[in-house]
Amino acid sequence: MTNTTNQLDDSVTTIIEPSKKHSRKKFLINAGRFSLLSVVAVTACKKSSSNGGLDLGSGDVGILNYAYALEQLEAAFYIKVMASPYSSMPAAEASYLTDIRDHEIAHREFFKAALGSNAISALEVNFSTIDFTSRTSVLATAKAFEDLGVTAYNGAGQLLQDAGYLTLAGKIVSVEARHAALIRDLITPGSFADNTAVDANALDMARTPPQVLAIAGAYITTQIDASHLPS
Amino acid sequence: MNFQNILSEIEKVDPEIYERTSERRDTFKNFGSIGKRVALAALPFALGSIFQKAYGQTTTGVIGVLNFALQLEYLESNFYIKGVATPGLIPAGAGLTALTVIRDHENAHVNFLRTAITAAGGVPYTYTAAQFDFTAKGTFPDVFTNYSTFLAVAQAFEDTGVRAYKGQAPNLQGAANRSFLTAALQIHSVEGRHASHIRMMRQALGAPVKPWITGVVSGIDSRTNGNYIGEDTTVQGGVTITTLSGVNANISVSAATEAFDEPLTKDQVVALVTPFFA
Repeated sequence: MTNTTNQLDDSVTTIIEPSKKHSRKKFLINAGRFSLLSVVAVTACKKSSSNGGLDLGSGDVGILNYAYALEQLEAAFYIKVMASPYSSMPAAEASYLTDIRDHEIAHREFFKAALGSNAISALEVNFSTIDFTSRTSVLATAKAFEDLGVTAYNGAGQLLQDAGYLTLAGKIVSVEARHAALIRDLITPGSFADNTAVDANALDMARTPPQVLAIAGAYITTQIDASHLPS
Repeated sequence: MNFQNILSEIEKVDPEIYERTSERRDTFKNFGSIGKRVALAALPFALGSIFQKAYGQTTTGVIGVLNFALQLEYLESNFYIKGVATPGLIPAGAGLTALTVIRDHENAHVNFLRTAITAAGGVPYTYTAAQFDFTAKGTFPDVFTNYSTFLAVAQAFEDTGVRAYKGQAPNLQGAANRSFLTAALQIHSVEGRHASHIRMMRQALGAPVKPWITGVVSGIDSRTNGNYIGEDTTVQGGVTITTLSGVNANISVSAATEAFDEPLTKDQVVALVTPFFA
């Protein structure tokens, strides 16, 4: 455990220090040396352009900021859910939703602390399409967010270079999966992993950051620039 | 995915791609025939395997990890197959339906991993029902006669499966292994969904558990202590979670431990599951 911690501390320093130019160079070297997927990534980088929004950054920092953005969204949602619970919210549901709120805050605050000065600022969210007085609306949104979070971490794992960060992302995604299963069961008992969540091989879905942000963007007012993320 | 476009993209970066692959050149030309041989789902793995060979990266490590995962999936699959088939063990209704779904998932994972391992050029392990002892050498003597025990073992398997995949993820890192890592993560989160549901099934029977893991609380007894060891950590990546701000106070110890599932090493997992192999 000590070794892991040291390694992580080191990698935080490493990642925070180097200039973007350096990261870019290293990235291109790796892309040239290794696989097909990196080649595709180079192509993607050439094509993508900044949109003038809040820049998530590049490399592992970019992916961590991407996760931080999603956790900000989830935490903000559950904070609002529990600040004004839908009418007659059963005690058990209140307890679960409070737990989930606190988990998402823990995730959010963890990323903020781990990213330090590289952390993006607080996002402005837009929940105008959600009826917080309605159990149906709240749980449907929770289900969408949790399932989306699972697919986001599943898709982002391969974009991380640092083993410690991959493990941390893994520690979080299985908790998001636990949330997703519970919320689904609250909506329809037994739907914890039905065929709207998993495919014929019983695999959860994986989504790329652009795919996730296209969906999450409906709830985020702040313009996000994901163009420097690895792909 | 347009394979020819990908190849021409690679040629731009690495003009020697075909030389690197020498004997593999035919493989590229005959990629269509690979497509016929391997299941569609395994195509990314076949591709990954070709490029691993082209760039001198071995699949040995990957195949080892996948076979380890396959062992665990066989364990789970055989457990649920036997449980669901045991008359009078699982009450008809929601419980039987859910456990049948989970059985089918674990079986699908077995088949998926076998296909992936074969596509990567490896030989998948094979296990039969006779190779398992779900009493764990007598530790759970009533596993197939007492529904509560059956669900307790199911919870331990699912929570441990989550920990096992998590521990192996870094062993699947690297550009050539991306498809394997992603697939492993896609199974990992499904095990998390299973764990959540099994825990709720146990809670309905009175077990003091939630869908997530609070500290090292299993709601079982000391027989599964090893499966939960380390789940009570509150430090993540050097950050002490309980020093961070929550809603009205710092994040609680419970929330800090629940919010992060912890990995297990292969050795730890092997020690935990060995008694279940006859």
